[in-house]
Amino acid sequence: MNTAAQLESLPVAATTESNAVAVAMSGGVDSSAVAALLQQQGRNVLGLTMQLWNQRRLPELQGDGPAQHRCCSLDDVYDAKRVAQHLNFPHYVVNFEEHFEEKVVRPFVDQYLSGRTPIACTNCNTDVKFEPLLRMARQIGAAKLATGHYARIRKNDDTNRWELLRARDDSKDQSYFLWGLTQEQLSRSEFPLGELSKSEVRDVARAANLPVAEKPESMELCFVPNGNYVQFIQAYSAERGISLNRSKGEIVNEAGEVIGHHQGVHNFTIGQRKGLGFAAGKPLYVSRIDPVANRVVVGDDDALKTTTCEIVDVNWVSCEAATAPLRAFVKIRHKHEAAPATAELFHDGTSGESRLRVTFDTPQRAITRGQGAVLYDGDRVLAGGWIR
Amino acid sequence: MNRVYLDFNATTPVEPAVLDAMLPYFSANFANASSIHTPGQRARNAVETAREQVADLIGANPKEIIFTSGGTESDNHAIFGIVGPALSRNTAPHIITSAIEHEAVLNCCQAAEKQGASVTYLSVDKNGRVDPAAVRAAIHPETVLVTIMHANNELGTVQPLEEIGEIAKKADIYFHTDAVQSVGKIPVNVNSLAVDLLALSGHKIYAPKGIGAIYIRSGTHLQQLLYGGHHQRGARPGTENVAGIVGLGAAAEMAKKSLAEDAARVSALRDRLEENILQNVPDARPNAAGAPRTPNTTNIIFPGVEGEALLISLDLKGLACSTGAACSSGAVEPSHVLTAIGLSPEDARASLRFSLGRNTTPAEINQALQIIPAAVHQLRQLSPTYR
Repeated sequence: MNTAAQLESLPVAATTESNAVAVAMSGGVDSSAVAALLQQQGRNVLGLTMQLWNQRRLPELQGDGPAQHRCCSLDDVYDAKRVAQHLNFPHYVVNFEEHFEEKVVRPFVDQYLSGRTPIACTNCNTDVKFEPLLRMARQIGAAKLATGHYARIRKNDDTNRWELLRARDDSKDQSYFLWGLTQEQLSRSEFPLGELSKSEVRDVARAANLPVAEKPESMELCFVPNGNYVQFIQAYSAERGISLNRSKGEIVNEAGEVIGHHQGVHNFTIGQRKGLGFAAGKPLYVSRIDPVANRVVVGDDDALKTTTCEIVDVNWVSCEAATAPLRAFVKIRHKHEAAPATAELFHDGTSGESRLRVTFDTPQRAITRGQGAVLYDGDRVLAGGWIR
Repeated sequence: MNRVYLDFNATTPVEPAVLDAMLPYFSANFANASSIHTPGQRARNAVETAREQVADLIGANPKEIIFTSGGTESDNHAIFGIVGPALSRNTAPHIITSAIEHEAVLNCCQAAEKQGASVTYLSVDKNGRVDPAAVRAAIHPETVLVTIMHANNELGTVQPLEEIGEIAKKADIYFHTDAVQSVGKIPVNVNSLAVDLLALSGHKIYAPKGIGAIYIRSGTHLQQLLYGGHHQRGARPGTENVAGIVGLGAAAEMAKKSLAEDAARVSALRDRLEENILQNVPDARPNAAGAPRTPNTTNIIFPGVEGEALLISLDLKGLACSTGAACSSGAVEPSHVLTAIGLSPEDARASLRFSLGRNTTPAEINQALQIIPAAVHQLRQLSPTYR
């Protein structure tokens, strides 16, 4: 008996660099629809699903929450495999656990502990999806990597730059999380859902009879079960042998008067109202976090409003670095409506960095350290960076 | 283009002759081997013939063979069968094993640790060999079990079990071996290896998945693992998987007949594959090639390459092989075996295993040799680390 003869019925995919496209498949409806769309266009699709976090870690977080809401749950991997099987293209699970921890999870926790409010999704895009995953895609013969992001990419032949644009469906737009992409990364990426609405994407999935067509959306940060950051940070830090400062700290008002106490600054984010541990006459919000002094400052809504901020690690996307002050609409968190501002590059003598100073036309509520700030000109993402 | 399958350490196809032997026991001779009537007796005869065939392959007495669902069950039965009674007496039993065991053994040991046992995980040299002197040195009064695999699944390294077995015997300690990767590939004799317990698996020797056996030396008392009826003298209750058992017996008989001839042919092909890769792929190095190995296995480092990417590339080009150990999602996990032989994490990730089968042809090796160097070259061009 010849084993080769037995395996004959499994055809070897004829992948050619020009036609092959890798699809980053989470097992959700969006990325599954991407695979279906590209295949309908006659592309040679290869599915890749990233294994990012070991579910057996931090067992104390397992709780009673349904497993499908967790990152890299086996259910999601199997869903991606079922879609690939249904559409009959090759699919592989690739292990980026170490990379994800180093580039996303650990910085996320470190930022939180230093009083910032980080966004893990941006790091995951810049440093995982469009870095090792994109490289893997190219290594296995795909010229491009397609994802289920709601955003658009286009080449501007006049400026010879790859531009990043908001999605047509503004309610689904994810361009805010993609400001970190370089020209090289953009040139090798495709966002096929950028022109579609969510309901059109569901229609694509239904028309292709995808087994995930009716799957509900997951909105949570993928590696934090049940959206409980504080619990995750405590468990992860304990695993690393880091004891958090849980000694009693002061909660002070804008005048510096002690009005309450807390059990660790990692329990707070800027703008937070709930969980301050005391009742106040008027609504109070966290306005500043000082991990060194172990102090949380609260104030009323007005105290949260500021006009300027500094942006570091600036990445210029759809245009070259602006040498003169630039007018743009700037978005300071995912659910923030981009507000008009003037942005100006300056050289910070102490750090030697080039930073952007953003001055809004009107004060903005809760400009939060660690979040991304993204500059838009209409639909175009001009630049982005981290709020310092 | 036909696919080339070089992953026989993961599993083997059922030989047509094995399948032919099994087929009557699904429908025509379907009876329960424990039934008193004539059809039942016919099934019983088939089971006992298979027990003789399996015993014959490893130099055992048929009474010492118990059929199980496979290697994992056999390892669990052996380890907890010995350690269990001591655990229930709260005497903190001690187990000696190696750092490169299969998960079926490692995770049993870790579970036993959680229940109060202590475990010594012996390190191995760069070829993956356990030093028998280290076994002797690790023995202390509470040691109840030595469990060392015969051949390693990732490297093919064959352990000096004869010497280790003698040491265990002299110290009057039970000796178990996971022989899943050696049975059918190299001669295995329970007496010359001086083992008390041995695990083997059907699907590694051209029998189906879901059938295996444990050898239990006569006089060895194992605590029960499963509770149920009186099948197999009560040692392993559950209605016998007659067709699977018949398949395992037929495969064992075939292996015994053709083992020497297979080994000579397969090792020549393996050597040709290995030598050609080392010649044609710059900087490629073999792992653990300095020790006795199973004739079908080679494990090679391709510096500057992510093994995972190479594995996928090769699969897309029609060559099936493996790297590390797959986790439940199908992703590749870092190999504890390659780390244990001293490889850096980068080299461990850059290693691939090719394992040949009884029916691997020279043409298939030629095809593999056309695919591999080109794929490595292509990946290195996009590698951030290879210069």
